[in-house]
Amino acid sequence: MLLTAMIFIPLVGMIIVLLLPQENENQIKWVTLGVTVLPLLLAVILFVAYDRTEAPYDQSDLGIQFEYDTVWISVFDIHYHVGVDGLSVMLLLLTALLGPICVGASWKIEKGIKAYMALFLLLETGMLGFFVALDLFLFYVFFELTLLPMYFLIGIWGGPRREYAAIKFFLYTLFGSVLMLIAMIAVYLKGGTFDIPTLIEAAQPGGALSDRTFQIWVFLGFFIGFAVKVPIFPFHTWLPDAHVEAPTAISVILAGVLLKMGTYGLVRVNFAMLPEGMNYFCNGVGFIGNSLAILAFVNIVYGSLCALAQTDFKKLVAYSSIGHMGFVILGLAARNESGVSGAILQMFNHGVISAMLFLLVGVVYDRTHHRDINGFGGLGTKMPIYMGITTLAFMASLGLPGLSGFVGEALALLGAYSKFQMLTILSTIGIVVGAAYFLWTLQRVFLGELNPKYADIPEINRREIATLVPLGILTIVLGVWPSIAIDMFNMAVNALPLVVQ
Amino acid sequence: MGNVNSLVYFIPELVLVIAAVAAVLYDLMLKDRNSEKVAYLSLVGVAATLIAVIIVRSTLGAPEQSLFLGMIRLDNFAVFFKIIILIATGATILFSMNSDELDRGTKGEYYALLLAVTFGMFLMASSTHLLMVYLSLETVSLTSYILAGFLTRSPRSSETAFKYITYGAVASGTMLFGLSLLFGLTGTGDVTQIGTSLVEMFNSGEGSPVTVLVAITFIMAGVGYKIASVPFHMWSPDVYEGAPIPITAFLSVASKAAGFAMFIRLFYSSFQGLTESINWPLMLAIISALTMTVGNLAALPQQNVKRLLAYSSIAHGGYLLMGGVLLTSEGVQAILFYLIVYLFMNLGAFFVVILIANEVGSETVDGYRGLVSRAPWWVSASMAIFLFSLTGIPPFAGFFGKWLLFSAVIREGIYWLAIVGLLNSVVSLYYYARIVKAMLFETADDTEPISFPAANHVLLIIFVIPTLFIGFIDIFYKLSGASVKGIIG
Repeated sequence: MLLTAMIFIPLVGMIIVLLLPQENENQIKWVTLGVTVLPLLLAVILFVAYDRTEAPYDQSDLGIQFEYDTVWISVFDIHYHVGVDGLSVMLLLLTALLGPICVGASWKIEKGIKAYMALFLLLETGMLGFFVALDLFLFYVFFELTLLPMYFLIGIWGGPRREYAAIKFFLYTLFGSVLMLIAMIAVYLKGGTFDIPTLIEAAQPGGALSDRTFQIWVFLGFFIGFAVKVPIFPFHTWLPDAHVEAPTAISVILAGVLLKMGTYGLVRVNFAMLPEGMNYFCNGVGFIGNSLAILAFVNIVYGSLCALAQTDFKKLVAYSSIGHMGFVILGLAARNESGVSGAILQMFNHGVISAMLFLLVGVVYDRTHHRDINGFGGLGTKMPIYMGITTLAFMASLGLPGLSGFVGEALALLGAYSKFQMLTILSTIGIVVGAAYFLWTLQRVFLGELNPKYADIPEINRREIATLVPLGILTIVLGVWPSIAIDMFNMAVNALPLVVQ
Repeated sequence: MGNVNSLVYFIPELVLVIAAVAAVLYDLMLKDRNSEKVAYLSLVGVAATLIAVIIVRSTLGAPEQSLFLGMIRLDNFAVFFKIIILIATGATILFSMNSDELDRGTKGEYYALLLAVTFGMFLMASSTHLLMVYLSLETVSLTSYILAGFLTRSPRSSETAFKYITYGAVASGTMLFGLSLLFGLTGTGDVTQIGTSLVEMFNSGEGSPVTVLVAITFIMAGVGYKIASVPFHMWSPDVYEGAPIPITAFLSVASKAAGFAMFIRLFYSSFQGLTESINWPLMLAIISALTMTVGNLAALPQQNVKRLLAYSSIAHGGYLLMGGVLLTSEGVQAILFYLIVYLFMNLGAFFVVILIANEVGSETVDGYRGLVSRAPWWVSASMAIFLFSLTGIPPFAGFFGKWLLFSAVIREGIYWLAIVGLLNSVVSLYYYARIVKAMLFETADDTEPISFPAANHVLLIIFVIPTLFIGFIDIFYKLSGASVKGIIG
């Protein structure tokens, strides 16, 4: 019931917000903030109460806790089945944390605040539901439920090319999800159920889904669906547009949570439910066997190089996201403990760090109304606190040891090295380029002569600091004490058939 | 069952005919020619028919009755379509009352004609004899021609009616030829007997596949014209654009539903056993894929919303036809369920089109610009819900309809058709979203606020609620599942 409450509190909040009078904008904002704090509290309770010691790892229950299962549409045996393992808990925590932060970052939205907040709450329900659904149908419904609010949030409150960006995002994602739908129906017809734990079991040798050819085809269907979301090259082109046009808070959600929906889906469905399919694409033999790792490598290098070439601050962060998500895929493809742990940790870390980066871009954009990196200059003298936080976020993102970005990427690379040596070595180019573009950006924005246009630019204010501080603390804590997170999903990594000996 | 004994099962149709006649007479008697009163009378007629349908079904027991010496049949399948058609008729009457397009003074007979079409559709849904199949089809077509041309002062509407007649005459003539071939081959008009004697003929090696294939193809011309499938769809964009909007809505839902009822009954009874000799399901699968693709691609550049929805309705005919080629009960069930959903979402979308035509006076996408800032927000929100439901995006009912259809197709292993269908859904998003974009993302040229009468809001809600919730409720799945019995298996 804890999980159900968590999912539907934002939905109830949405109805409340819709009933509030349009004029009283402050009331709407505070109510939304209050509503988003509740799931955060529940997520913290979940994080604390989740039993990490359940041992020995029981293969049959997959480490799922807080389970709730009831029939939803009986004719097709569709259940409302929710539950969490360590991986879900981490992502729920991330989503719930970004909720109030994004409301804070949206404080200055001027037009249609009521509709904005209502859609944001609907989006939050979709995201939270997606991470706890254990019924494939429910999983799909929540996955799609995030589409509509996102489309409107980008399309109505976005930048100059918002209409183009919104429909592009929508079309790409829908294209992926219809292929996923076919795969889902095929799995249902073959496995006879939508229940994910049952299906995971059925995919083991001898089960109803164990047929290799079947798994490979279904794997492809799901993979394209999630690859659009991650995004994995060549399905990534919607992302820079969507990020650049979306309002700050929505970029934060997009990078922080929506991209993780892609990798979470890959873990939950492709890797856990379709081991034969996964084996086919990442057994390390030949081109097909390396294909996933190659895609990851392309993501890393291509994303970083594109980021290096950007002069638009937000686009730079968007492309760096593509690069960093590559490490997640690389770690997962390695299929050993350190690779998978690193990948999952990187999912969480990237959520935190990219959220910070987008918030920081938002801060400077609100003051200068442009994002041209070459058009700033010397802001460090005027905005020392802002510069400090930005430096922290940049360092975390480029993988400085001691900050969270390093741990995830290092583990992922370590895992990958034992499997795909050449690709892993080449992938480190991404890290070097990453350091280059972040440091170069730091130099262009904050150092040098102060641009006279910004002689009286105001320092970052308290509201903005409040949105950044929790994330900053997390990057430091996870940098020095990553096991607090790794312990959390260790059980999931061991229980799910992600690691192949 | 004999003619006299059948009458008691025929009460709903009789009620409908009486209502139609009463509407004509009442219109003549009214001194002020106030058509609103006729409309109310017709609504009462529709409601009475609905009650009669349900009472006859529930009290006279025996779910399957062959009436009038095998001319028509009363079964769950027929009852299902009757209810769908009645709801569509009721909605169309309400739409017509709320539409400024129709001249308020002179449309008393309009409602009588509407009831007459409904009567014809009832027969289409229950005919089991070739003669009745053709007669009911013509009853529906002839009255539809008049209704499509009802805007006597609009040259467009007259042109529409003329096009409709020309196409209709050719299609039904072709169909008649096909039916006569069947009759000549088998010596009977009863669709079930045709089925058995065709199978016998082929089993004994006397069957001529070419003749039967010609018959099937010619009959498909008539059916395809009713459900607007490629290549018999050409009439529909012009007719939908020129006809009064309530009639467009009616044609796109009720006429299509009746066409599918006739198609399923005729093809499943007569040709089901022939699939080994003649692969007509494959032919229809190709037609289905072409229909949705042509419909969707043609809808992409449309600026006129009526025309856009016309092409969208062609595409939906293609989706529905997918369920028809499978010859499984899941396939038919999916069609029936989709029709329930389609009824609400499509009529809902057309109702918003009527409202906008009334208040903004525009039928183009540009007329929807900035609607959210001019009209109450829930009007735009409802339209967005209808359109996204038509696209098939969860959690709206359209998704569940599509899900059922595609599941049925994949269950039979026809993956190519499922992939074509789903990619078509992606394409369709683009043009549906154009309207949404105009309503919500763009700013209006004319910022004068528009308001609608309270009755319109109520009607809107009546369509929004099912579009939101049908998918979540078991009963609609069970209802459509139960209505399949007797048709298949």
